[in-house]
Amino acid sequence: MIMTWVIGLMTAASIVFGCLTGSMGQVSQAAISGAKQATELMFNIGGTICLWNGLMEIMNRSGLSKTISRLLRPVIRLLFGEYARDAECVQYISQNMAANILGLGSAATPAGLKAAKRMFTLSKAKNLRPHGVFMLIVVNTASLQLLPTTVAAVRASLGSPQPFDILPAVWLSSAVSVAVGVGAVCLFRAVSKK
Amino acid sequence: MTDWIIPLTILLIIVYGAAKKVDIYAAMTHGIGEGVRVCIGIFPAMVIMLTVTSMFKASGGTELFAYALTPCSKLLNIPVDCIPLALLRPFTGSGALSIGSEIMSSSGADSYTGRVAAVMLGASETSFYTIAVYSAYLGLKNTAYTLPAALCADFAAFVMSGVAVRLLM
Repeated sequence: MIMTWVIGLMTAASIVFGCLTGSMGQVSQAAISGAKQATELMFNIGGTICLWNGLMEIMNRSGLSKTISRLLRPVIRLLFGEYARDAECVQYISQNMAANILGLGSAATPAGLKAAKRMFTLSKAKNLRPHGVFMLIVVNTASLQLLPTTVAAVRASLGSPQPFDILPAVWLSSAVSVAVGVGAVCLFRAVSKK
Repeated sequence: MTDWIIPLTILLIIVYGAAKKVDIYAAMTHGIGEGVRVCIGIFPAMVIMLTVTSMFKASGGTELFAYALTPCSKLLNIPVDCIPLALLRPFTGSGALSIGSEIMSSSGADSYTGRVAAVMLGASETSFYTIAVYSAYLGLKNTAYTLPAALCADFAAFVMSGVAVRLLM
């Protein structure tokens, strides 16, 4: 719904500004060339998206993603407290986090939803607020991605000689973002318990 | 250093897969086929967003918008061209990717502004969409503090992307 507003307002604003600045000709041209730009962009980055999907399929079939999810157990214990005592929860949460880290968005969501459902059921049985679900959602909204391949593909298509040199900056920013998200959840949880 | 990460990651994935007797070629072709579907999935939003943003840009609207947002950009120390990206990022993934690539192409992929845009895209997620998916699936009526906490995380990612690019590059 918000997108309807963004699109509507931006179109209306372009016509108003175009009229005021006398640049309606350029606006008209832009209306046609925007779609062309989208097609060019898709062709430029589509191959990279496909390639990494292919590599991720190997990781899934070889069990590499499972190995990585096993390494995440200690983090899960730290973040999810009592929910981490439930084996099913831990399994789904670790799958979700591993998929996020590897940039497997399509694999992360199904695992995350299963984890959320399990935690929701557990907390409902005890008549508690599902704080674990909230934590999981926030961790999922703050992306922790090791290889932002799509962004790198855009940079490469624009002629950047080292499209992946943004990696350390992306890692630092995502780490801070996740830490702030987790901190906010803990803070809000502490306040809401009172 | 970063030159090594990608080739070595690819090698590791392939060697590990081969050691586990995965049919590498079959797995890759299958995955790449899925990738085509991902591309088709994000293409519609790209056409819409790039059409709207290029019209807005051509009308001179972005300059006005940037002027209005200069105080905000100064306060947070983020390039002003990246502010629209930050505003839209929580709502739309493919829309943000379109705007982000627009910023990178007009400011230059290796410029400070272009790099901050890239880091913003890499370090944040479509929060509203994620929350909507989870709460719809569980039938959650009250997401309590989830949205404010998620927006705090996004905000941190945006401010940090400016800091990180200055610090590390």
